[in-house]
Amino acid sequence: MTATTEINKIISKENLVYGKTSVLLDNEMHYCPGCTHGVIHKVIAEVIDEMGIQDKTIGVSPVGCSVLAYNYIDIDWQQAAHGRAPALATATSRLMPEKYVFTYQGDGDLASIGCAEIIHACNRGENIVVFFVNNAIYGMTGGQMAPTTLEGQVTATTPYGRDCKVTGFPMKITEMIAMLPGTRFVTRQSAETPGAVRKLKKAAQKAFENTRENKGLSFIEIVGTCSSGWKLSPVKSNEWMKENMFPYYPLGTLKDE
Amino acid sequence: MAKFKGAIVVDTEKCKGCGLCVVACPTKVIELARDVNGKGYHYAHMANADACIGCSSCGLVCPDTVITVYRVKAS
Repeated sequence: MTATTEINKIISKENLVYGKTSVLLDNEMHYCPGCTHGVIHKVIAEVIDEMGIQDKTIGVSPVGCSVLAYNYIDIDWQQAAHGRAPALATATSRLMPEKYVFTYQGDGDLASIGCAEIIHACNRGENIVVFFVNNAIYGMTGGQMAPTTLEGQVTATTPYGRDCKVTGFPMKITEMIAMLPGTRFVTRQSAETPGAVRKLKKAAQKAFENTRENKGLSFIEIVGTCSSGWKLSPVKSNEWMKENMFPYYPLGTLKDE
Repeated sequence: MAKFKGAIVVDTEKCKGCGLCVVACPTKVIELARDVNGKGYHYAHMANADACIGCSSCGLVCPDTVITVYRVKAS
């Protein structure tokens, strides 16, 4: 038997072990090659599919690259003003307590302009899930400094590296959130290796289960990459992230009650 | 001899050639093609098909979800 016929034999429906979930739409993603958003979208879609909550989930998309998330995940969506996704999610979950409401926000959206919204939503302990994608830069607008940009990191607005004397220190939002009594589950994950993706999926599942049991706010930070903003290849971006971001933003669960 | 034998199918027109699957593959099955797709990206393909064990690592890390993985028990 030649190699090609053998492969054709393996490729059949009953041998399928991994494929695209039906919750993820066929639209081609507009993200740059290697963008972490794609992996996170996929993980959220897979969890929604496995839990069978597609018609009961409402997402709130932010302003940023992921503003077009509604083109990719086949659920109900709302689109909030910059940083105001937690406020919109609060209203949605209070008016429709049987729904699974989540916000999907980047670091420019959540940590900067939406800082007040997220802190108060967490303090109130709203029954929502928050996905916070931290790539230490403003991706969509051309790689400017974000509150989470690391010390010395070169961006469009800090061409000589971030000087903490002038611009303050990189913000550890997740640590701040974990201190608030309203939150139930606060974790920091990544999505660069198969193992990390599996862990992220477990965390997302737990977060949606918390919503089902009316337990309160679950907060998942995902340390991600922005290869266009960082001016690195996708593979090099992952290496840079491991070397520089993980020591300052250590992975792990900070709070699980 | 590996216990499982696998194969992947890449949606080459949607692949953006980021190369994350190449790094994630534990048996070094995947390479980026010399040819480019309609968008000009060097798409991923199975260069060393015999070594594939169908572990799904490539599918998990693919940001564009273009990889479908199949697996059978080795005979």
